[in-house]
Amino acid sequence: MVQYYPAHLDAAFAALSDPTRRGILERLALADASVTELAGTFQMTLTGIKKHIAVLEQTGLVSTEKAGRVRTCKLGPRRLEEEAAWIDRYRQLWHARFDELDRIVEELQRTESVNAGKRRQ
Amino acid sequence: MTNPTTVERKSERELVVTRTFQAPARIVFEAWTKPDLIRRWWTPKSFGITFVSCEADVRTGGTYRFVFSHPDFEQPMAFFGRYLEVTPHSRIVWTNEEGADGPVTTVTLEEKDGRTLLVLHELYPSKQALDDAIASGSTGASGAPEQFELLDEVLGTWLSS
Repeated sequence: MVQYYPAHLDAAFAALSDPTRRGILERLALADASVTELAGTFQMTLTGIKKHIAVLEQTGLVSTEKAGRVRTCKLGPRRLEEEAAWIDRYRQLWHARFDELDRIVEELQRTESVNAGKRRQ
Repeated sequence: MTNPTTVERKSERELVVTRTFQAPARIVFEAWTKPDLIRRWWTPKSFGITFVSCEADVRTGGTYRFVFSHPDFEQPMAFFGRYLEVTPHSRIVWTNEEGADGPVTTVTLEEKDGRTLLVLHELYPSKQALDDAIASGSTGASGAPEQFELLDEVLGTWLSS
């Protein structure tokens, strides 16, 4: 069976294909960490670790914030995206229901005015 | 042209849906309270869900039980609860008891110049309950898998190990 995933999900899987990047996510699941701390943990140069962080950041798996000279990394806004996607589906459900309801309401109104017409005759 | 439907997560445990109908409130109320009419619009064709059965005793203290089927469900799914309040042409309040932490849903109808503003308000017992509903991917009508499900599984395995 062929399965299609949205482009951003493909990017997320590509980001996760690297053991260092998976390690960074595991580390950030425990606590936020600065770029320097992560470089230390994974025994990499700052430039090297920054490249990995950039890949994770692009997919929304990690977000970073700079305060003064320290850039802190934490698990990303993916949950918010998930919530937005759910709310959009929920809205689509109600919108589809209300479109059908419109048709019934119209029909009821027509019946009502026909009946009112008959009563007047 | 149909009127827009808006949805807002109003607070940590509330969702609010709004929509205007080009008809008086008594007509909209009728379509919400007669089972024969409910079954014609509650399961939109575009969502692939169909009613297996639709029982609703729409009055204060009455109960409802909707059973749906969907190509993705192995078994039909039942949605049920009680009407806490039914006030003709203006207000319907019901519970959603198919799950442990279901919301209480309130629909209000407000008529103005022959048009009706419908506000549907879902109040969950806690922030966690609404977060869980969102995380489950179910919108209460379709069991279609969330696009994030697979990724969650993968992440969940690592992060919890």
